[in-house]
Amino acid sequence: MSATDLSSLVTRADVCAVAVADCFRGDGELLANPIGTIPMIGGRLARATWEPDLVMTDGEAALIANDEAVPAVGDRRYETYNPYRTMFDVVWSGRRHVMMGATQVDQYGNQNIAGLGGTPTQPRTQLLGFRGAPGNTINDTTSYWVPQHGPRVFVANVDIVTGIGYDRAAALGEQASRFHEIRRVVSNLGVFDFDTPDHRMRLRSLHPGVTVDDVTAATGFELVIPDDVPTTRLPTPDELRLLTEVIDPTNTRLREVPA
Amino acid sequence: MTENYPQPKQKRLSEDEVVAQLSSGMTVGIGGWGSRRKPMSLVRAILRSDLTGLHLVTYGGPEVGMLCAAGKVAELTFAFVSPDVGPAAVLEPHFRAARQSGAVECTELDEGMLLLGLQAAAWRVPFLPTRVGLGSDLHLVNPGLKTVVSPYGDGEELIAQPAIHLDAALCHLNVADERGNAAFRGPDLYFDDLLLQAAERRFVSTERIVPSGGLVEAAGDVTRLRINRLFVDGLVEAPNGAHPTSCEPEYARDEAFQKTYLGTAKETGAWEAFRSEWLSFPSEADYQAALAARPTEDAK
Repeated sequence: MSATDLSSLVTRADVCAVAVADCFRGDGELLANPIGTIPMIGGRLARATWEPDLVMTDGEAALIANDEAVPAVGDRRYETYNPYRTMFDVVWSGRRHVMMGATQVDQYGNQNIAGLGGTPTQPRTQLLGFRGAPGNTINDTTSYWVPQHGPRVFVANVDIVTGIGYDRAAALGEQASRFHEIRRVVSNLGVFDFDTPDHRMRLRSLHPGVTVDDVTAATGFELVIPDDVPTTRLPTPDELRLLTEVIDPTNTRLREVPA
Repeated sequence: MTENYPQPKQKRLSEDEVVAQLSSGMTVGIGGWGSRRKPMSLVRAILRSDLTGLHLVTYGGPEVGMLCAAGKVAELTFAFVSPDVGPAAVLEPHFRAARQSGAVECTELDEGMLLLGLQAAAWRVPFLPTRVGLGSDLHLVNPGLKTVVSPYGDGEELIAQPAIHLDAALCHLNVADERGNAAFRGPDLYFDDLLLQAAERRFVSTERIVPSGGLVEAAGDVTRLRINRLFVDGLVEAPNGAHPTSCEPEYARDEAFQKTYLGTAKETGAWEAFRSEWLSFPSEADYQAALAARPTEDAK
């Protein structure tokens, strides 16, 4: 299959899934815990290819070996039991890389999933709560997934910090922040990292068909933008086969990021 | 001649007898997680009681929304309140309304800090140290939170998660024996054991009660017997008692009922109509009879 043939078959959702998978590159034997439709698909893809030692959940209380993103209960190939109690043991051990969602994420990678507007104790819009975000970000590598990139998500300052970013980590000092790493933010427009001198968010790559202007218009703060911004890579033919035939044959990823 | 030895404790109670042992203003821990294995028959008994001003401590689901909407809650200690299953329903509308109106005083935590607070209370220590929470804005929504410096050479500063003492704990388990030992048969115990250990008065409702000695067979395996009668004062037999939340493997969440409930925050009067239709029966048995009498297309 030539590159031209391949690109005509690849959807934006496939590119996002591969970009998620690339977040877990080099993680080895740890619990890859991507939360969301495309994150789970991307995590499964990383394990099915170059990161065979990753450990992954069934979304409930077990760690399973399946390549399918969401296998039926009867089809799950159990590796071990992982109830919530055990999950905290893993989180606090540092052997986890979580990919969470973010209602807001700011230029230093601070995340908010608790509330919008108003005051901290009386938000105008109450969201989920802090959930596990403080513990995840102080103990483990964390990445974020944003399926609808927009200026109300990528904000200069989040309304309340649930998951801590690089400015908060720096303020804590080296000892307290030694396990903190925000590796990537993957959105439907591109991939972002914090590989800058002051750990401000940088545009790492643009998904095919997306321009720098598209991204800056959808971002509520000044991104670090290199002179030459690469294009997010396409799936290899084998990765595309795995995505479409094994991991997500019912194309749930297209419901999260439409073609 | 046989001595007259004391009899074992009788722990069997009705839902209303449990609620009679609670009082307004108490701190009450509620077991389960999100919309999974919640002690809803006991929550319904609270809803038809005159209890008010409760402080709820929970991995919250519909019980928080219902008790807030009914004006039963003054305080809430939580890391989240959410159905927590499925992508369509992740936010709890009545909890949100209570939080946004300022009607309920809240202490927010990370999920793991709630575990640590209950564990500290269970172990009778004032706090447990953790890295969790450092650098976040939790101090803005949990102003009592303090740090502690390691007395060892590292000198590391950590969050001191205080013990969360409960006046009462309410949990729903799949099966129990008549003495108060209980087992979970579903995917996860969640933190039911810690809630019971952290509480002064401990109440378990259960799908069924088996004779003492029959619990291993009923639960399938001795490792599922995780609730010890040392930490259970009262026991309620409540078949389908977690409805509308799930109690795997006995039953899944009642999606249709939950959808109806979640819709009651959308328009004025909808909650009162729902409460009048479903949460105002004189007893749990009447509620279950009304559920069973629903037309089949409405049933799950």
